[in-house]
Amino acid sequence: MTLKTFKLGGIHPPEHKISAGKAIELMPIPTQVSIPLGQVLGVPSIPIVKRGDQVQVGQLIGKGEAFISAQVHSSVSGKVLKVDGVPDSSGYRRNAVLIEVEGDDWTDGIDRSTELNRNIRELTQSDIIEKIKSSGIVGLGGATFPSHVKLMVPKGKVAEVLLINGVECEPYLTSDHRLMLERGEELLVGCQILMKGLGVDRAIIGIENNKMDAIDHLASLIADYPGISIQALKVQYPQGGEKQLIKACINREVPSGKLPIEVGAVVNNVGTAFAVYEAVQKNKPLIERIVTVAGKSLMESANFQVRIGTPISQLIEKVGGLPEDTGKVISGGPMMGKALNSLEVPVVKGTSGILIMNAKEAKRSRAVNCIRCGKCTAVCPMGLEPFYLAQLAKYEDYSGCEKNRIMDCIECGSCMYTCPSYRPLLDYIRLGKTQVGKLMRSRQN
Amino acid sequence: MSGNILTVSPSPHMHGNQNVPKIMWGVIYAMIPALLVSIYFFGLEALRVTLIAVAACVLFEFLIQKYLIKGMTTIGDGSAIITGILIAFNVPSDLPWWIVIIGSLVAIGMGKMSFGGLGKNPFNPALVGRVFLLISFPVQMTSWPVVNPLFSGKLVDASTGPTPLAIMKEGLANGETVTALKTQIPEYMDLLMGNMGGSLGEVSAIALFLGALFMLFRKIISWHIPVSYIASVIIFSGILWLINPEQYVDPLFHLITGGLMLGVFFMATDMVTSPMAGKGQIIFGLGCGVLTILIRVFGAYPEGVSFAILIMNAFVPLINRGFKPVRFGEKINI
Repeated sequence: MTLKTFKLGGIHPPEHKISAGKAIELMPIPTQVSIPLGQVLGVPSIPIVKRGDQVQVGQLIGKGEAFISAQVHSSVSGKVLKVDGVPDSSGYRRNAVLIEVEGDDWTDGIDRSTELNRNIRELTQSDIIEKIKSSGIVGLGGATFPSHVKLMVPKGKVAEVLLINGVECEPYLTSDHRLMLERGEELLVGCQILMKGLGVDRAIIGIENNKMDAIDHLASLIADYPGISIQALKVQYPQGGEKQLIKACINREVPSGKLPIEVGAVVNNVGTAFAVYEAVQKNKPLIERIVTVAGKSLMESANFQVRIGTPISQLIEKVGGLPEDTGKVISGGPMMGKALNSLEVPVVKGTSGILIMNAKEAKRSRAVNCIRCGKCTAVCPMGLEPFYLAQLAKYEDYSGCEKNRIMDCIECGSCMYTCPSYRPLLDYIRLGKTQVGKLMRSRQN
Repeated sequence: MSGNILTVSPSPHMHGNQNVPKIMWGVIYAMIPALLVSIYFFGLEALRVTLIAVAACVLFEFLIQKYLIKGMTTIGDGSAIITGILIAFNVPSDLPWWIVIIGSLVAIGMGKMSFGGLGKNPFNPALVGRVFLLISFPVQMTSWPVVNPLFSGKLVDASTGPTPLAIMKEGLANGETVTALKTQIPEYMDLLMGNMGGSLGEVSAIALFLGALFMLFRKIISWHIPVSYIASVIIFSGILWLINPEQYVDPLFHLITGGLMLGVFFMATDMVTSPMAGKGQIIFGLGCGVLTILIRVFGAYPEGVSFAILIMNAFVPLINRGFKPVRFGEKINI
């Protein structure tokens, strides 16, 4: 098998996949959940329950009415305490439905058996898209873009190939890895459903070669699934980035500011493919996901199957509690994850992992003068000049930022990871992106 | 729940293991083979000059940061030590101590600190110091002691002689042929090993190359500047040589004599004063090579490496502006 990878930039941080050997464990249902209404890269959904309502597992509680929005379902059964602002991973209060758990009472029609259902013959394209939409499925790789929108190919564009992202290039995270090992068949059926929904006959599952067991496992299964192939990829961060994955697998470059469909590709995460299987074949909306909990100082690491809305503190309790020397708790991976200011933040659809860093790891080193080594430019997977963009943003030259393609930045953090002067490059670039985004919007209006 | 106070900061939450002191000390380690060879050929005088230059550079950096700028002192990052060693590599081994100290003051004070310290200087500080000395003390700076290897048993009075480049330049100017002049200079093998007159670090191409390999391996430098610099020297001097081999000396001679290897590997590749992206670095290297040969063949000085690099340093901002890296998605290959 030949290994492929993307050519421009990239880094190789230590992998730290300490939880790779831990089988997926079922997390007990908490006593209370808070389910945010905005778990999507788009318009938050509108609550359709109120205080005192009884809800069941899988019941719709938030309606996504805008085009780019997603449905929200209850992950537990019980009584709605209130609909109120709850701090999410960004630290801001966002609307969420708080539910006090009573029993585990599922809505009718959800098939809870683990029996594999491979029959997708009767499904039509519109059935699939409708089902994915009504099940509230969003991209589970972390970007949380509504999945049904991705399947609706815009006029004038043609989808040629479906790419399934099993790269998991972030250090520490192993939730996708475990999913591929333990839910391989389901994932492949989900992949076929997505192919049908998209109207393509070809799918490639991209997996980095630090997960050889997952590659071998899926490769042993694909004989029954025509059109699907496995592409082993050479380990390199940020290969899980949509544009990098497309470049690695089919050697096409998505132009600046355009979507993957421009080059005939649609990318979905392995977790999304599995959620699609459950939604379409088992009628189960997206109310659970796999979350890795890891950290050097933790007693143990784990991969949990968690109900959406479970407070992160419970996951940490389950692996032995927060260590004494904890400095930072991160939702997501160490390269792109968000540092949390509270452990009461709930697990949401986009939570791929919880990472605990000790005080020493959490501390940023003091920035010194840029020595103009150019390493940030060499590692940028988008071919940008991070040192220059950071400088432009610092001095508020936003039109300069735009000209130097600041909006192409995927915020992978490779520049800052590499910078020998510990310069906060990405901090400035993010500021610049926000301002340039405002400029661009004001021009449109 | 424990009462931990959580740090909140934007991603990334990890950092690679590179930092400025590591890079600078890597460069220092890479210069050790060349330093040892120079001590072998020029004796303890070489060590004396190196120690004075390093001590002076570090001291001046410390004093300027502490008492003039009144800021944080950064002598621990090793960059002043590099400047010191490079100054020593660029002067004859019998240079009086006070000239070495003046050179160090100019390098650190004028070349580096006046611009704001490490990272801000447009010109390579060691070269600023060297060129200042060359112009201010032309006699002392161009009297090269004859090589007298340690333990060779020869007792030589401190005598001086011209460098191979100077022999060639003067001879050709007087109408002699390359073939005739070659009899007056050491064999190429000796030149390669460093057995020739010259400043400390100009001597052994092989020792310098070893250091460069180490820096390439540690990813302190990239291939772009050395390869393009050497290629442009070979091509440009090769064209002249092909036109008239008796008037213009062959490319190999240019490569292994004078300060070319030192310049290629240790001074043109200086991160601070070279372009940021690969394309620009290649342009920079090509420019250095052409200018070096232009000065060596047609200019007033026998050696042109320092001037070539300093001139190209001045073009770096322009190169950075004109040669952007390859952007992702600029060409769609279907």
